[in-house]
Amino acid sequence: MSEVKETLPPEEDLLKVGVDPSEDGRIGTFVQEDDRVVSCGVRQEGVDLLSTRRALERFPEVRDYLWRALEEDLALGEFQDGYFIRAHRGVRPVFPVQSCLYLSREGMRQHVHNIVVVEEGAELHVITGCTSRARRGTHVGVSEFYVKRGGRLHFTMIHAWGDEVETMPKTGVIVEEEGVFISDYICMHPGRKVKMYPTAYLVGPGATARFQSVLVAVPGALMDVGSRVYLRASNTRAEIVSRAVSMGGAIIARGHLVGESPHVKAHLECRGLLLREGGLIHAVPELEGRAVELEMTHEAAVGKIAREEVEYLMARGLTEDEATAAIVRGFLNVDIMGLPQPLQEELDHIIRQSDQESL
Amino acid sequence: MLRIERLKVEVGGKEVLHGINLHLPKGEVHALMGPNGSGKTTLIMTVMGFEGYKVTQGRIYFKGVDITHLPVYERARMGIGLAFQRPPVVRGIKTRQLIEMCAMGREVDVEEIAAALNFTEFLDRDVNLGFSGGEMKRSELVQLMAQEPELVLLDEPESGVDLVNIALLGRAINRLLGRELEPQEGTSLKELRKRYARSALIITHTGHILDYVPADKGHVLINGHLVCSGNPEEILHTVEKYGYEECAKCLR
Repeated sequence: MSEVKETLPPEEDLLKVGVDPSEDGRIGTFVQEDDRVVSCGVRQEGVDLLSTRRALERFPEVRDYLWRALEEDLALGEFQDGYFIRAHRGVRPVFPVQSCLYLSREGMRQHVHNIVVVEEGAELHVITGCTSRARRGTHVGVSEFYVKRGGRLHFTMIHAWGDEVETMPKTGVIVEEEGVFISDYICMHPGRKVKMYPTAYLVGPGATARFQSVLVAVPGALMDVGSRVYLRASNTRAEIVSRAVSMGGAIIARGHLVGESPHVKAHLECRGLLLREGGLIHAVPELEGRAVELEMTHEAAVGKIAREEVEYLMARGLTEDEATAAIVRGFLNVDIMGLPQPLQEELDHIIRQSDQESL
Repeated sequence: MLRIERLKVEVGGKEVLHGINLHLPKGEVHALMGPNGSGKTTLIMTVMGFEGYKVTQGRIYFKGVDITHLPVYERARMGIGLAFQRPPVVRGIKTRQLIEMCAMGREVDVEEIAAALNFTEFLDRDVNLGFSGGEMKRSELVQLMAQEPELVLLDEPESGVDLVNIALLGRAINRLLGRELEPQEGTSLKELRKRYARSALIITHTGHILDYVPADKGHVLINGHLVCSGNPEEILHTVEKYGYEECAKCLR
């Protein structure tokens, strides 16, 4: 299999979005800079990693995966490239595949089409970091994920964009019988605007989807982020959890669960924390039941940090800033999601900055 | 260790403490008693320095330093520790993490401390989330053991705790206060206690905790006035027999 290995974007930019150039604890790496693939290679038997264009040339069946989990959007035009990742039947690598979609030229419009296929009984973890050196630009990321019977896909996406970048990812997921799809999305630098509404279709009995999002909006940022799950077969399960923190920016946290079959169970949870004046958190949880004997619930809460909690930690010797940072980190529960260390430090930095500015 | 002089405190614009004088020497344990709403919790919250407890007159000295207007965390770092009566839930922070924070950079054996209070199974749960009354009390003590304060403020450590667990809490408090001292050659236990033991101010309603943690002195607080200071057992006897009405007679 041909391997591409050119000069990578700066290491610090990659590390910030969970992409490790040393490839420690990774089975493969894909990097697209602007419209060009600069790195593509995998070291695991039974896992394919190719650029989407190359995969279409090489494997005729890949064409069948184009625009199957999403409605075709001709207005987007031709895609430049993107990644194709496939875990063959029963393959369960220990480590993740990492990919980076990188904007380096000012004003660039990057347009990728990604496809991930997890065959029957296979398991795969994909980490995708999207980031930019450029301040201005547009990222259009179309992703289609297919989890076959009994397969499991864990997809972690980290966004860290330049101040004026606009992003419009489109994601569709089809999960078959007893398959599991888990999405962890972390965005602390949304640029000017992130708008996305990934949608999963649970088409086989016993399929499961879980979306977790951690959103932090600084002043000037708009995040319109939601997740949607159609529960189309019996005994399917879905959970959507979002944690939103506004440091002065605007967050619309959406969630939509559609129960179309009996005996499904789904829960939606949006929690928002407003830390500064001028911010906005708009939680829009939607439940749609279209069958009998289903169980769908939601809870939403928007508020500020409880003074009582800050003082409790201060009584244990933490300064007000330290206490606030600890509570916000706890609220975002970022430790659980495996946030890369540089990003974790940056989160603390943003929180501290916000405290000082609000004084 | 702690000296409170002519302390007046307002809560929500209303004066709750009307000129309190109290002296707690190093190594001593004092019990603070009084009916509900008399200002006991207000007094220790003010010593800890929380927002919302406004000192309008008087001074608080800790180890000779005027701490009346110091922020909470500086008092904590100087060596004051508080076991809350009803601590808040802090989601997303594991109890283990909080205990490590309490140690303020010192090495502590979290497992060992937790084991001493049958608390191991709670270490990886969110702070106070779904804890029963007794579990919260144990959690507070485990945190204080990591913090190692010189002055311990305990707000009703026995409330909501069954009798078996009061004994456990009592042992833990004694350990926390460094009162489990063994006799040594050439010096008296009394002398040792003065040197090593920590001080405590314990709010108690029932006095049950005093069966396990003997107090050197008792104070009675009624309507924001300290009406009586003396032998804690004598005070408890009087209150048990005649109620706080009898203590209120001393309020002039």
